[in-house]
Amino acid sequence: MRYISCLAAALLFLAALPSRAIAPEEALADPAQQAAYEHLTNEVRCLVCQNQTIADSTAPLAVDLRREIRQMLQEGRSEDEIKVFLLERYGDFVLYRPRWQTNTALLWLAPVLLLLIGGTALWRIVQRRTDLPIPSDDGDPPSSPS
Amino acid sequence: MWRYLLPGAVFALLVAVFAVGLFRDPGYVPSPLIGKPAPEFSLPRLDDPQTTLQRSDLLGKVSLVNVWATWCTGCRQEHDTLLVLARDGGVPIFGINWKDDVIKARQWLQQLGNPYAAVGVDEEGSTAIDWGVYGAPETFLIGPDGTVLYKHIAPMTLAVWREEFMPRIAAAQSGSKR
Repeated sequence: MRYISCLAAALLFLAALPSRAIAPEEALADPAQQAAYEHLTNEVRCLVCQNQTIADSTAPLAVDLRREIRQMLQEGRSEDEIKVFLLERYGDFVLYRPRWQTNTALLWLAPVLLLLIGGTALWRIVQRRTDLPIPSDDGDPPSSPS
Repeated sequence: MWRYLLPGAVFALLVAVFAVGLFRDPGYVPSPLIGKPAPEFSLPRLDDPQTTLQRSDLLGKVSLVNVWATWCTGCRQEHDTLLVLARDGGVPIFGINWKDDVIKARQWLQQLGNPYAAVGVDEEGSTAIDWGVYGAPETFLIGPDGTVLYKHIAPMTLAVWREEFMPRIAAAQSGSKR
């Protein structure tokens, strides 16, 4: 019985996988443009509903932005040009992955810095522990040899 | 000694960071347009679709560009303030009617009063994207040379007008006369 419910859960999970929210518009004729479109719309923040991408969102602004992006792709503009277009209008916040700049450096470096700090702390604690006398089997510290 | 001071200091730092974060408004996204030339646009006018409202109409004086729609409750909220500003503010207010029903928009102005020197209709929302609009009402302050001087994202109030707009308008007007 348990296996069946596990299997059912796994199947449900698998069934849910392909249901990514893709914009309901027709696919672009050029597959490369369509790939760029899907990539871009999943990288751009919908500023009305800030924790959604414009691919996810049904907000009117997201619909408009998708339309603009499609038009620009059809005009042959590159992904990078479109990102600059959006940055000029909406600022750094519009990209889910902000560019490497002086004001985003800390954001990008924070994981490395935190890992370094945590690693150093861990290393020092381990070092200190290795200097301690090894406890005996009964859990008491070994009696001093006197 | 360090054993107690360091965690205390880290904790205090975290509290400070979170406190600052708590009191910031995540809905407010600063506009990258401030200090830059206002975007080009040309929109059919609400009162006469044969004519257009365009960027060149803004030049030569300090002006406001107000993005509004009849579906926007904040716009209804600020409407009376806009009427006061149109009468006593000393600067023309240009409207951009954003993704709206033209007939409803005309009714709105008829019933509530029209604070606008002219209104352009942006039915598709392309001009709004060029202006970086993401939530109406938004009000831009435009200098005589067409530079975006300031942007207010929320209903306009007389307090905002006094504190944010009036000093900038005075500075822009004294600058342009020289």
